[in-house]
Amino acid sequence: MSGDPKLERIAKGNALALCATGTWTASFAPVLERMVADAEKLAGGSQSIFIDVSEVAKLDTFGAWLIERLRRSLTQGAVEAQIAGLSANYSSLVDEVRRVRATPVIDSSTITITGMLEQIGRAVAGIAGTVAGLIDMLGAVLAAGARVLIHPRSLRLTSTVHHLEQVCWRAVPIIVLITFLIGCIIAQQGIFHFRRFGADIFVVDMLGVLVLREIGVLLVAIMVAGRSGSAYTAELGSMKMREEIDALRTMGFDPIEVLVLPRMLALVLALPILAFLGAMAALYGGGLVAWLYGGVDPEAFLLRLRDAISIDHFIVGIVKAPVMAAVIGIVACVEGLAVQGSAESLGQHTTASVVKGIFFVIVMDGVFAIFFASIGM
Amino acid sequence: MAGEIQNPIIRVRDITVQFGATRVLDGLDLDVKRGEILGFVGPSGAGKSVLTRTIIGLVPKVAGSIEVFGVDLDSSNTSQRRNVERRWGVLFQQGALFSSLTVRQNIQFPMREYLRVSQRLMDEITLTKLTMVGLKPEVADRFPSELSGGMIKRVALARALSLDPDLVFLDEPTSGLDPIGAGDFDELVRTLQRTLGLTVFMVTHDLDSLYTACDRIAVLGNGKIIAAGSIADMQASQHPWLRQYFHGKRARAVMG
Repeated sequence: MSGDPKLERIAKGNALALCATGTWTASFAPVLERMVADAEKLAGGSQSIFIDVSEVAKLDTFGAWLIERLRRSLTQGAVEAQIAGLSANYSSLVDEVRRVRATPVIDSSTITITGMLEQIGRAVAGIAGTVAGLIDMLGAVLAAGARVLIHPRSLRLTSTVHHLEQVCWRAVPIIVLITFLIGCIIAQQGIFHFRRFGADIFVVDMLGVLVLREIGVLLVAIMVAGRSGSAYTAELGSMKMREEIDALRTMGFDPIEVLVLPRMLALVLALPILAFLGAMAALYGGGLVAWLYGGVDPEAFLLRLRDAISIDHFIVGIVKAPVMAAVIGIVACVEGLAVQGSAESLGQHTTASVVKGIFFVIVMDGVFAIFFASIGM
Repeated sequence: MAGEIQNPIIRVRDITVQFGATRVLDGLDLDVKRGEILGFVGPSGAGKSVLTRTIIGLVPKVAGSIEVFGVDLDSSNTSQRRNVERRWGVLFQQGALFSSLTVRQNIQFPMREYLRVSQRLMDEITLTKLTMVGLKPEVADRFPSELSGGMIKRVALARALSLDPDLVFLDEPTSGLDPIGAGDFDELVRTLQRTLGLTVFMVTHDLDSLYTACDRIAVLGNGKIIAAGSIADMQASQHPWLRQYFHGKRARAVMG
């Protein structure tokens, strides 16, 4: 029944008549568009213009619109083009299409120098906005914390414990495994290079100081930012998307108190514990390698370790942990609450949460290094 | 072609769907005729959405056969199946618009996949579809999160219609709309069915929709179709749930 669509010119002279035949549907759209574009040029000087569609076998929105487009462009002059031979089935479709107002599409994707400068400006202003947002959240969390101190019963204990399980207890295996391996690697590299100077035993000093002061807490903080920071952002972000946070607010709950504070508390408690476990695992791994690879037996290792490190090294490391946890938590919650309605936005903010979290953790570590150096610890 | 006109557009035979130990659909038969608007009702949790999702192929069935456009969806190969999918459109309950694409991109998404059409024609067709579902052209560059609930349903319908399907599935299209908006939507479905020659499979709870939009009604209960027919048949039925549904307080209010 259906054939390829055709558009033929049937009348000559002053009148222009076009006869459309075949299947005018979406699957023939490229052919149809070309035919219509060719036919649009035929208008010149005709007294009357007819488009005969009585032979069209099948018509859908695409076909109907193309006929309408042809009619409109042929009408440009004083003569109005007419559509003839419309069957009852399709007349309502053509009527529907005729109601469409053709508005030119504005292409907004052009790149201009001012546009680029504007973007740079917005990005710079965005940095200030980020810092302000973090300080804002810190203030809100501290205020909520103070309210909880005054009314201890308003602390969401169940929620805090739940998050503590997620962030701390469930993170133990992976944290211990990775810090153990890092300890092994540090010891192996140390022994390999120190051996040339006959200074194998100093690997214990290096391992002890490095792990307790820096690596233990920094590595754990980075892993927690990737593991728990991203989870916080995704949780809060999808709650924001589904208007759950608005719902909380309308019920008279403060989202900071209900959602953010338990998460922050859990993280601040979890990171020192994880950092301690991580440091122990790294020392154990290092000791194991020193024994099996470097021939430093455990007794000598422990003896040397006792001489090499003092409680200061341990304190320097562990004091940093809660501060880093707070930074990670605040960044994650700010990003989570900044999520807009789309899935893409959720992805962007989760990425930003991890990237910014790790960045701020390293910056904080630098600040602490300067601080401890100046107080002589 | 002649055969295709007489055969039902959807032919469901002996469908059984089970989630764990609960049997949701139990040997269900259903025909949807070409060109009709079938309203599908039943108590909440009876499995209306499950049946829709089973026909579309989102829920696996334990037994039975489904034919859409005369193609058995179990024994069809990938290209046959794609061909069928290209000829139906689905309006999900929550709209299911792609949240990171604008309205325009949402409507053009199926066109880009299935058709080789110039950008100009796609933009013009998008505009046509938006006009058809009663939205202004300005909406085209907004994101789904910037639309109201009613607008989301309309855009989702425009997307379901973007390839000019022969069959559309509407899952509770008027839920969450105000009565005037819902009335407009029923009107719209009717108009589109007339202009585009659509077959409409509509899951609904809305009595007004049943009265104004539907040609035929099928009722689901206990995993089976307990009744199918015109609105008059439904009112005459002695089935207890149907009596309650069509003669309850709200039904009387609708009938005036």
